[in-house]
Amino acid sequence: MERDKNFVLGVFDDEDVLLDAIAKVRGNGVKIHEVYSPFPVHGIDDVLGYKRSKLPIAAFLFGMLGTTLALVMQFYMMKIDWPMIIGGKDHAAFPDFIPVTFELTVLLAAFGMCGVFFVSSNLKPWAQPRIFDLRITDDKHVVAIDLATNSGLGEEKIGDILKSSGATEVNKKSFE
Amino acid sequence: MAQVSNYNLDQKFDFTASLKKTIMTVLGLGVALFAVGVITSLFGGHHDEAAEASGHAYHWYHRVFANLWINNVYFTGIAVIGVFFFAIQYAAQAGWSTGILRVMLSLGNWLPIAGVLMIVTFFVASHDLFHWTHSYLFDKNDPQYDYIIDGKGAYFYWPMEKGSFPIFFIIRMIAFFGIWVFFFNKLKNLSFAEDNLSGSHDWSNIRKWSAIFLVLFAVSSSIAAWDWIMSIDTHWFSTMFGWYVFASWFVAGLSVITLITLFLKGKGYLEMVNENHIHDLGKFVFAFSIFWTYIWFSQFLLIYYANIPEESVYFVERLQSDVYSPFIFVNLALNFVLPFLVLMTRDSKRHGVFLKVVCSLIILGHWFDFFLMVQPGTLGHNGGFGLMEIGMLLIFGSAFAFVVFKSLAGKNLVAKNHPMLEESYHHHI
Repeated sequence: MERDKNFVLGVFDDEDVLLDAIAKVRGNGVKIHEVYSPFPVHGIDDVLGYKRSKLPIAAFLFGMLGTTLALVMQFYMMKIDWPMIIGGKDHAAFPDFIPVTFELTVLLAAFGMCGVFFVSSNLKPWAQPRIFDLRITDDKHVVAIDLATNSGLGEEKIGDILKSSGATEVNKKSFE
Repeated sequence: MAQVSNYNLDQKFDFTASLKKTIMTVLGLGVALFAVGVITSLFGGHHDEAAEASGHAYHWYHRVFANLWINNVYFTGIAVIGVFFFAIQYAAQAGWSTGILRVMLSLGNWLPIAGVLMIVTFFVASHDLFHWTHSYLFDKNDPQYDYIIDGKGAYFYWPMEKGSFPIFFIIRMIAFFGIWVFFFNKLKNLSFAEDNLSGSHDWSNIRKWSAIFLVLFAVSSSIAAWDWIMSIDTHWFSTMFGWYVFASWFVAGLSVITLITLFLKGKGYLEMVNENHIHDLGKFVFAFSIFWTYIWFSQFLLIYYANIPEESVYFVERLQSDVYSPFIFVNLALNFVLPFLVLMTRDSKRHGVFLKVVCSLIILGHWFDFFLMVQPGTLGHNGGFGLMEIGMLLIFGSAFAFVVFKSLAGKNLVAKNHPMLEESYHHHI
């Protein structure tokens, strides 16, 4: 069976039921493709077994880039390219550089983090999102299970597991 | 599903003999170091004839007074921050912190003692700590008449004659301690009354009193900073000083709350408090360390950049002094670089080991901050960080710890009928 084409969907009403159900479904050896919910569910990363995001590392590196850039830029401008005496201070008066350095650090950290997030989450403007169930933007949580990665279990068995762990409906969804 | 009622919420802290003994040992060590420091300065001091003739000679007890004042102000701040942070939780309707509310509140028990110590120290040491208490500054016929201080005189002496008895200053000191102690007792009584009945009546009541306290605290903490610290350098002023002292107090207070929480957890108390709550405390320490740095630097940068002599004298006295200039960098290293780099990662905020080290060093670091505010103006080049300073810090620290642990003992550690207890238990970040 081809991957990423045929899915079994478990629809849940309540996020507490959902959290317990995910643990139960995974405990039965079912691999979950993705869970869709209308709002952030606390603790869902843990029950899904997700590792910590590496985004903070990207933010830190971009922040350091901003710090370096700001200091080099100001030093070049104030000391080398066009030295000016301001308030009788040294051309490269370090405390004066701090506010600009701070701002550029924050700016590059924020932009860099957003950029990395967009790229890694495939959020490009022309991306065509696949809608598993329209109600995930309203009041339902949907657990999507790829049939191809769970070929040992079969559609009916997965449906039973979902039903027994509290799903209000079990649907099937195929993409071309 | 896990519930908070599975835990023993009636757990009471046992102030064991061995813990008392440890605190007493630290106290004894502090007294010993302090005594050695006094004896060394008694015999090691040099004599300045000219200064002695004009009545400005430096004596060993000046340094004792300066140390008393540093620690008085510092630990008063930590104590009132406990009450302030408690009030913040109610005003913000915070749920996460419910398990550690009593820890915050316990710091306030130091306040009555601090108030008495502060007033006594002021009366004993006023001339040695505060330049403005000399009456000749306000006498137009005296050669030492100071028209700038004369202009500020009413702030201390109103409605009495300038240079007589600083009635306005004393009234403020008594009023601030009165307000803080009153609200501490009010909040404590309401919080413990809640243990006997359920429902949200007490919660709304505490919320109302907290809101009133926060307004009064905003004004009183700021004015206290001008009165008790900024008036030491009488000519100088900074419009950021109230914030600056508050920020220093707040970080130190948060570090103390974190340390006590970790200590109690280490002893097996506060079972419902988990790494998520510790993480939040760590975030507070991290964030407000940066906040303190922001305030410190804002004050410094404006004065440095404008370079107006009457303003920059404050930093000249510190940065160009061979006694104090190293401590400016110690201050920034302990209070900014260390918490910023160590507490940046998530793991270091969730594991007690890092937090214990960082919080202890922050408490020392902010002591240095107050050391740098008080000593240059009172002792000048005669000051410094020696045995007397270490001894006095240990004495105050152990006395503070004793009072706080004694107040925690024998009462419920968790506000068991708090309406948000269950929410606090399920706090997850």
